[in-house]
Amino acid sequence: GALSQSSTQAVNGVSHRGKVLTLDSMNPNVKRVEYAVRGPIVQRAVQIEKELKEGVKKPFTEVIKANIGDAHAMGQKPITFLRQVLALCSYPELLEDNMFPEDAKKRARRILESCGGHSIGAYSASQGIECIRQDVARYIERRDGGIPSSPDNIYLSTGASDAIVTMLKLLVCGEGRSRTGVMISIPQYPLYSAALADLGAVQISYYLDEDKCWSLDVAELRRALNAARQHCNPRVLCIINPGNPTGQVQSRQCIEDVIRFAKEEHLFLMADEVYQDNVYAEGCKFHSFKKVLFEMGPEYSSTVEMASFHSTSKCYMGECGFRGGYMEVINMDPEVKAQLTKLVSVRLCPPVPGQALLDLVVNPPQPDEPSYTTFMKERTAVLAALAEKARLTEETFNTVPGITCNPVQGAMYTFPRITLPQKAIDKAKEEGQVPDMYYCMRLLEEEGICLVPGSGFGQREGTFHFRMTILPPTEKLKVVLQKIREFHLRFTQEFS
Amino acid sequence: MLCCCFFMLHFVCRSSCENVKFEPVLTIDTMNPTVKKVEYAVRGPIVQRAVELERELSEGMKKPFAEVIKANIGDAHAMGQQPITFFRQVLALCSYPELLNDSTFPEDAKSRAHRILQSCGGNSMGSYSASQGIDSVRQDVARYIERRDGGVPCDPDDIYLTTGASDGIVTMLKLLVCGEGAARTGVMISIPQYPLYSAALAELGAVQINYYLNEETCWSLDIGELQRALDEARQYCNPRALCIINPGNPTGQVQSRECIEDVIRFAAKERLFLMADEVYQDNVYAEGCQFHSFKKVLFEMGPEYSNTVELASFHSTSKCYMGECGFRGGYMEIINMDDEVKAQLTKLVSVRLCPPVPGQALMDLVVNPPQPGEPSYDNFIKERTATLSALAQKAKLTEQVLNTVQGISCNPVQGAMYSFPRITIPEKAIKEATDKGQQPDMFYCMKMLEETGICLVPGSGFGQKDGTYHFRMTILPPNDKLQILLNKVKEFHQRFTQQYS
Repeated sequence: GALSQSSTQAVNGVSHRGKVLTLDSMNPNVKRVEYAVRGPIVQRAVQIEKELKEGVKKPFTEVIKANIGDAHAMGQKPITFLRQVLALCSYPELLEDNMFPEDAKKRARRILESCGGHSIGAYSASQGIECIRQDVARYIERRDGGIPSSPDNIYLSTGASDAIVTMLKLLVCGEGRSRTGVMISIPQYPLYSAALADLGAVQISYYLDEDKCWSLDVAELRRALNAARQHCNPRVLCIINPGNPTGQVQSRQCIEDVIRFAKEEHLFLMADEVYQDNVYAEGCKFHSFKKVLFEMGPEYSSTVEMASFHSTSKCYMGECGFRGGYMEVINMDPEVKAQLTKLVSVRLCPPVPGQALLDLVVNPPQPDEPSYTTFMKERTAVLAALAEKARLTEETFNTVPGITCNPVQGAMYTFPRITLPQKAIDKAKEEGQVPDMYYCMRLLEEEGICLVPGSGFGQREGTFHFRMTILPPTEKLKVVLQKIREFHLRFTQEFS
Repeated sequence: MLCCCFFMLHFVCRSSCENVKFEPVLTIDTMNPTVKKVEYAVRGPIVQRAVELERELSEGMKKPFAEVIKANIGDAHAMGQQPITFFRQVLALCSYPELLNDSTFPEDAKSRAHRILQSCGGNSMGSYSASQGIDSVRQDVARYIERRDGGVPCDPDDIYLTTGASDGIVTMLKLLVCGEGAARTGVMISIPQYPLYSAALAELGAVQINYYLNEETCWSLDIGELQRALDEARQYCNPRALCIINPGNPTGQVQSRECIEDVIRFAAKERLFLMADEVYQDNVYAEGCQFHSFKKVLFEMGPEYSNTVELASFHSTSKCYMGECGFRGGYMEIINMDDEVKAQLTKLVSVRLCPPVPGQALMDLVVNPPQPGEPSYDNFIKERTATLSALAQKAKLTEQVLNTVQGISCNPVQGAMYSFPRITIPEKAIKEATDKGQQPDMFYCMKMLEETGICLVPGSGFGQKDGTYHFRMTILPPNDKLQILLNKVKEFHQRFTQQYS
């Protein structure tokens, strides 16, 4: 064991005045970082899992981790084609194996040929393997009805998070009142708040409208911006569409309004679109910011600076562990772009298996190829299951007095509002906990269900929420929803 | 007609918008100033030019060479080194578990794959892992460290899997940096150094404290020099960390056990957090040289040190005999970290969710390779030995050939993957370089690139004593190619010296 931190014993004449690296002598920004999705409640959940394993008796037999958008962990199956190609790339001897279809082999060969020494073990170019960036550009063009995409504007990344942090890092400058301010929704995915804290940038919160299914109102953007101008230099506007944790799919009109606003107010736009295939609700459609920008004509498309982000972690692939992603940068100043390219070179390159995976996502089996039918079947099944679970979740929660759940239009989460009795709020305060954290901790201890309290994402003062994923298999989800309903009624009763 | 209208519309819009500021939001003047200070020579301007040349070649342009040889980066596979069969078999099995039914795969590969998959959410590599890394992998890493270090205990809880060693290094530096002005954290790093360190320190706005390795004594580290650098630095910053790369990059020296003890004693006395970059720990070639981990030496020095010195050691799947750079696998072991800081570290890494799972799986195999008696053992040892002895051979060849060149002097390549020879550059060349605004060794390397297609990294990218010049060249190309390479370098140097005499 180490000597105690505050020990001042002299050993051999050398005085130990405590450690070099302490809470007081560490990076102060890091201390301000919070990330609720893997925060204290999850640490407790992991502890409980350990206790269960050791045979400790609980009111439940397993912990259900409905805190994190991890589809495979909840039983979703990988897409066969994707994994076949990855296996072929990992162990090219398998190219001789006739259990693999030709189209898988063809993709694998193409990827390997673009790797140094034909190995996925080689570093790639720091911006990502060139032919993959070309495939990404073509995917974007197809997706956006032909609007040109230059592979040179594509940067592959270690998950979307990597690129988001890199862009924010580039954007942050100034001191005191001229410190960069970054607009982000409330509620938000807490990578943003964490990155801004780490970078010492100013977070400018704009509230989504819960009463209108979490829609974005430009007037609210303006309000937030004007208030912020008094204490920082607002330069960036971040938007997550489809939303996390809120799941709303922005209308085309709204996206145009946001673009117009960004131009008027001279803001760099960051469009987090990792859930772009996860759209469930009738009448909702994903419109990429890039497409809308260009359809608004050159007054916008040649001036508004934008970065759009995508990932292999969500949609129908759910390949979180591979850390695949990309960003497309639009209208970036060439000198800044050179700096960006330089910055990403220090970390050498994104993981090559993730790059390969992304290549398959943007270049999937085509109708005339052997793997097409199975691929479509698997993809459709995953997305249909998610849509069904989104609907089921909304329906079930809305039958519980004290829980109101907006339609889950897209993404992978529900973010229902919960009514907490005053007595519970008081009890929470006694325990030194934020009320919805108290609620969620109780749920965890009593039912083994791990959610993330709304306070981890931000919410209007005096309101409480939780974020739950819609990922467990339908039968299990039904059980989870049932247990939450029972817990909520019990909890409300207890504190009535 | 339509294009014309479109163009005019664009033009009209632009001019009417000229009343409103047309400046981009993000410019060189409004971007993060510390990012501008970042340099990373290993993939810097010379490599950009090399890539351009490759493009020109592929477009059919005539050059004095048929291919560009990228001897700038420690990428073994890119230079033709073969992956270890066992590792790739397990990775394939993990990627596509249907292969577990395939009889072409040996049982030990299947059993490793099975174990890895069982430790993944939903038995899939596509799940996020715990942010600190998969539990069973961290346990295997701890056992590996214990075996390597002759039984010195290792706690899996002190192991953090990372996205390559670079990730762990940057995370630790980030944690360590605080203070303003004269109280700003200072971090000691060798000159020459691997420029991840200087880049990270620039980005974090920390103070870089240079300590010079001694070229005359094969790049050895001298405590007197550490003391000098530290004492001087105390005047303008708050020195808190000491980084050491062993085996060294770019210099390849393998520190003696005594030296490691001295460094530990120095760190303890001067209250410095020690960062030991040991990614080349299997790459030791020279007779009489042996890798001693900082962890092991620390513990063998007794509790006065092992209970107090704060240390982070780094390893990776990119080097050694594996060369799996693209997988971005790595780990760090933290010793004597304050509990509260450790909680902060755990929180910090959670924001990026987890390191790539394929890289974690690969690391598991590196620390848990085939054992005697297992079906894959013989082949594994054969492949591993072949790779390491080839590297040893190439290290020797490189030193030998370069030392036959007048104006090039090359220290023995004791370990790692590079030679870092000193080159004499004629005055006239230095002048021409300076006139061009180029570092003389950059000027030299650029000329070499244009004339021979060989891409090296100038010594200025790593740091060197004032008035000296070097280049870093990898020893990775296959033997016969390396011979040709070395001869071309020799011929170029002679030509260059002649030209500027």
